[in-house]
Amino acid sequence: MKELIKSLRYTFLALLASLLVGAIIIVVTDIDALKSGDFGKAFSTVFTAYKSLFQGSFWGLRSISNTITGTTPLLLSGLAVSVAFKAGLFNIGATGQMLAGGMTALWVGFTMTGPGWLQVPLAVIAGAIGGALYGGIAGVLKARTGAHEVITTIMLNSIASFLVLWLLKTTTFQREGRPDPISKLVVDEARLPRLFGFLDGRSDLVAHAGFFVALLATFAYWYLLKRTTLGFELRATGLNSDAAKYAGMKSKSLTVVAMLLAGGFAGMAGATEVLGTYGYASTSLAGNIGFDAIAVALLGQSSPIGTLVAAVLFGALQAGGRSMQANTDVPVDLIIVLRALIVMFVAAPLLVKAMFRVKSQVTSQGQTFRGWGG
Amino acid sequence: MISAEQKKRARNVGYGYLGLAVITLVIFSRRPGDAGFRLTEGGFSLTLPAQQFAYIFGIVFVGLGAAQLWRGLGKVSNIVLALATAMFVMSFLSWATSGESFSLVGMLQDTVSRSVPITLGALAGILCERSGVINIAIEGMLLAGAFMGAVGASLTNLWFGTIIAILTGMLLAWVLAVFSIKYRVDQVIVGFAINFFALGITSFLSFRVLVPNPDYNSLVPVMPISVPLLSKIPFIGQILFVQTIFVYFSFAAVALLTWAMYRTRWGLRTRAAGEYPKAAGTLGVDVIRLRYRNLLIAGAVAGIGGAWWPIGTVGRFDQNITGGRGFIALAAVIFGRWHPVGAFSGAIVFAFAEAVRLKIGNFDTGIPSEFLLMAPYLVTLVVVAGFVGASRAPKAAGQPYDEQ
Amino acid sequence: MKLELRGITKKFPGVIANDSVNLSISTGEVLALVGENGAGKSTLMNVLYGLYKADEGEILVDGTAVNFHSPADAIKAGIGMVHQHFMLVPVFSVAENVVLGSEPTKRFGALDIERARKQVREVSDRYNLNLDPDAIVEDLPVGVRQRVEIVKVLLRDAKIVVFDEPTAVLTPSEIVEFFSIVRTLTDAGKGVVFITHKLKEALTIADRINVLRRGKVVGDADPKTASESHIAEMMVGRPVQLTVNKATASPKQVVLDVKDLSIIDPDGRLIVENVSFNVRAGEIVGVAGVQGNGQTELVEAISGLRRTSQGSLTLDGKDITEASPRQRHTLGMGHVPEDRQRQGLVTGMTITENLVLTRYHDSEFCNGFKMKWSKAKEKAKELVQSYDIRTSDPDQMASTLSGGNQQKVIVARELSRDIRLVLAAQPTRGIDVGSIEYIHEQIVKERDSGTAILIVSTELDEVMALSDRILVMYRGKVVADLDPKKASHMDVGLYMAGSRPENAVGVNS
Repeated sequence: MKELIKSLRYTFLALLASLLVGAIIIVVTDIDALKSGDFGKAFSTVFTAYKSLFQGSFWGLRSISNTITGTTPLLLSGLAVSVAFKAGLFNIGATGQMLAGGMTALWVGFTMTGPGWLQVPLAVIAGAIGGALYGGIAGVLKARTGAHEVITTIMLNSIASFLVLWLLKTTTFQREGRPDPISKLVVDEARLPRLFGFLDGRSDLVAHAGFFVALLATFAYWYLLKRTTLGFELRATGLNSDAAKYAGMKSKSLTVVAMLLAGGFAGMAGATEVLGTYGYASTSLAGNIGFDAIAVALLGQSSPIGTLVAAVLFGALQAGGRSMQANTDVPVDLIIVLRALIVMFVAAPLLVKAMFRVKSQVTSQGQTFRGWGG
Repeated sequence: MISAEQKKRARNVGYGYLGLAVITLVIFSRRPGDAGFRLTEGGFSLTLPAQQFAYIFGIVFVGLGAAQLWRGLGKVSNIVLALATAMFVMSFLSWATSGESFSLVGMLQDTVSRSVPITLGALAGILCERSGVINIAIEGMLLAGAFMGAVGASLTNLWFGTIIAILTGMLLAWVLAVFSIKYRVDQVIVGFAINFFALGITSFLSFRVLVPNPDYNSLVPVMPISVPLLSKIPFIGQILFVQTIFVYFSFAAVALLTWAMYRTRWGLRTRAAGEYPKAAGTLGVDVIRLRYRNLLIAGAVAGIGGAWWPIGTVGRFDQNITGGRGFIALAAVIFGRWHPVGAFSGAIVFAFAEAVRLKIGNFDTGIPSEFLLMAPYLVTLVVVAGFVGASRAPKAAGQPYDEQ
Repeated sequence: MKLELRGITKKFPGVIANDSVNLSISTGEVLALVGENGAGKSTLMNVLYGLYKADEGEILVDGTAVNFHSPADAIKAGIGMVHQHFMLVPVFSVAENVVLGSEPTKRFGALDIERARKQVREVSDRYNLNLDPDAIVEDLPVGVRQRVEIVKVLLRDAKIVVFDEPTAVLTPSEIVEFFSIVRTLTDAGKGVVFITHKLKEALTIADRINVLRRGKVVGDADPKTASESHIAEMMVGRPVQLTVNKATASPKQVVLDVKDLSIIDPDGRLIVENVSFNVRAGEIVGVAGVQGNGQTELVEAISGLRRTSQGSLTLDGKDITEASPRQRHTLGMGHVPEDRQRQGLVTGMTITENLVLTRYHDSEFCNGFKMKWSKAKEKAKELVQSYDIRTSDPDQMASTLSGGNQQKVIVARELSRDIRLVLAAQPTRGIDVGSIEYIHEQIVKERDSGTAILIVSTELDEVMALSDRILVMYRGKVVADLDPKKASHMDVGLYMAGSRPENAVGVNS
């Protein structure tokens, strides 16, 4: 609980600071206003933009539904980065792992027949396994050859996206009668149920049960870290791999396990997108989520609660950003800027403290990365 | 004495040769026909029988693999490895083009041109990491440099645009420096935040400013310059010396940095700051200032690398135009073992892969084009897995410097 | 030149490292600054060298107050420092290391390496230091590295040279050699500050002795008249026992048997060569040797952290050559590692977590999957009590503990298990006298309960005091097996340096 409040407080302050900088950016990039000197208009743009940003994320059922939809993959892929950080690994490969998971879940989702209560969990688990195996490649390469995961996961992302492009053009995956790389539809039984499905005629409320999958995964992550021997081993390896080896922990196996877990979380992100949000797969399935996932994990300091808070915040920003773009002439890309600023402000507690004169000590989160050697 | 690790490495190289042999004998020998390579713009061309080539090279690889596994190739192993790679590439090209022909000289010229941003990005990485700061933000610096270079050059002229790009790279480098050196924030976090920021702000601005004002994003890029005499050398001259000023700058930068890093006072201090900063600090070297200065230089170099897109080639900025080249540059740094020449060769390899894929991605080879497209990444994966174990990163890279 | 420190006070969060310290040193004399680990000696010298800014007090050179903002200022004022941890870039040559920071250059800032070589040769010849300017530092033995440090200082024309624990890494004969270098320096008109916790050495070389305790100068002593025990008492604040109290050992069956062990490191260097020895139940075997002669690697091989390339290891008759560290733990091997911060502890975890670090997998603390944290906490409370670990709460981070208490955490964890053999590498490095005494006591107690104990230490005094049998390692080989009651300090020292004393006594068959 204490952790949650602390996490919320710092996130909030960082959000405030970055909205401030964002406002400045909106004003100084209003070329028309700059030319005409009409700053009143520029400031009113900021006001409308932020108003629709907020309304688009929390105001009304539809906004909340959009926030939930946006949060789900961010939370799962954020966990994929967090669990790797905890074990001292920097997983840039959430994108590739998500693609692998998404494609596996998709395949199960359109080939299998049977009752829905069985199909949905099986497809999600298949996604987790697909992602885990793909994430495991980087783990095995690191353990066997020492190849740095920063490089291998970047390469694996590109490889995955070409693989998906190819797969989506094969007869197994491509939708009949379509020339472009787009997949068959997941059968209805295997779709994740919509959260607001009970409301008749509200097809715009797309939030689906994938959110509960993500919450469950967050709980599992917490349990793993705090309660299990494996979690203890992962944390020890991440904090001091020499001491972990000394204590008889098998650091190479732990590297592989950590990457399997990371891939599993990211794979579930792919699965929930395919089985919940879209119902099919396309090349834009994972988008830029690997980067967003890193931001979520950094902001959440890799803790289960922190990752949850960060994912909800980023999900809300994403939902709000779209409505901001629709209602004003401020592009949705402002959201990426805001995210970067939030991460920066949270990473530099001294700066936020100076800005808001907060009197409290911030615990250092340690280093995520200890050079190229280890 | 040979340790278990060294034996393992030698064995892996041996298996590598056998792997090349299998690929050459099984895949590259499939397509009979001659491959035509135009060696000059004029039309002098080389014709290679693809199948025979594959068989010969395949057998050579088997021999090399056997020799390596049996007793190791000793001192010449690196040279042999380089030759084998060249042979493999040759065989691959013959296979892919068999029955057709294309301009080899054009492709290699394209390779050299495309290597510019990767080389300069990698040099920026080396400058930072050799002085003890990990630079994940190369991508962001390239992207921001490209954007500001495009706007600056469109509004004024090419020179001024390049200077603006340099200043932009330096600004981001300064942010990296302040946060990682002064506030001691985790260098990877700052680097990533800079990448997010650069991606976000350039996309944002390109929609908000460039789209409604197209004249902010329209310029005529620089033309290639033929170096007198040198460009007349057959084959080589066309590839190396009919290029834009960006290419010549990157050649010069590689040479200058190599000299400076290993032959000057600055280089000695920089390497000391990256290996064991306290040793320099206790002798009165101001490590903090040194790191600040080197980061700023790195930012400037990356800024020029970014300016290559609008000013050196396409004449405009597009959203996310760098497309991950900054990360490829990072891979080149590791591939080149933190040495400018090594990183340059890494950059050439990646640029070559890019040029190949653009050139022969259209040929019908019987293998889905996606697999050809992913080949460079697969190769990097294999190379990094095979090489990085032997590389030696600057020891202090990633560690904030504590003056005490 | 006369250098004075007046009323120097330096505070860190929670501690006063220096409390209005006064000190003076003139050229031509040797001042020994003694005090136990953590007394504030190094802090004081870092203030003097411009690395720390003092909170109060001033530094005077020949009577005028000076302000050192950085080492550059101190160097300019004629102060040189040889740090305990050598400030050398391992991949650089001797000449590069020496000139770093004041490099001779040609045009365009190009390094004049020829002149650098000449400078090194000149200084090295003048003071008889015998250095090759082109040697790469990481290939040099520790004693030679120290001479590189000395050349660094001399080349910058230092008038006052500070040596921080310079003898910790030297053999007895190298120490003698070092003292003669110190004499050459004072004869050449330089002042020397000699920081140490070894009183014998201070008494041998110093002209004056200042004693530091808990950040304060608690007195000075004249080396001609003062006794070792008197200074020790000033240093610790109570009478100190200078020897370890123990009964004669009664060794029983062989517990650890090392046969023909060789180790080749990843770069292909032969680090340990054909080493054979055994350790019996109820005896303490000490391994003496200068740092870097293969002891570290030997311990790592015995504990399973390093691959052996030849030979066998047996524990209680079971072959453990290929066993994992975990299997060795389970078979009864306890290991106090050489570097507590790097290997022995996860400082970012709680004391409780650290106390179960090597035994969390026991059925006592987990059921194979889930940790029984309540059990671990109980155990932690018990160990904190019985091993006198000074902390208010075992749920605090291990990083909050002092060095001595961190070491006690490791000792508590390893000795409280069901063990047959203890490997203890540098068990008392860098900790206070109270903790040293306590840890020595625990080790002897463990021996008396029938455990086999292998101690590795570069502190010859410690090995001599604790061991029932001494093995000396030199260049990867065990060159002597001695009886500490019969062999002399000097003899052991000669073996450590690779020579063989004439008429050696106390050699075990």
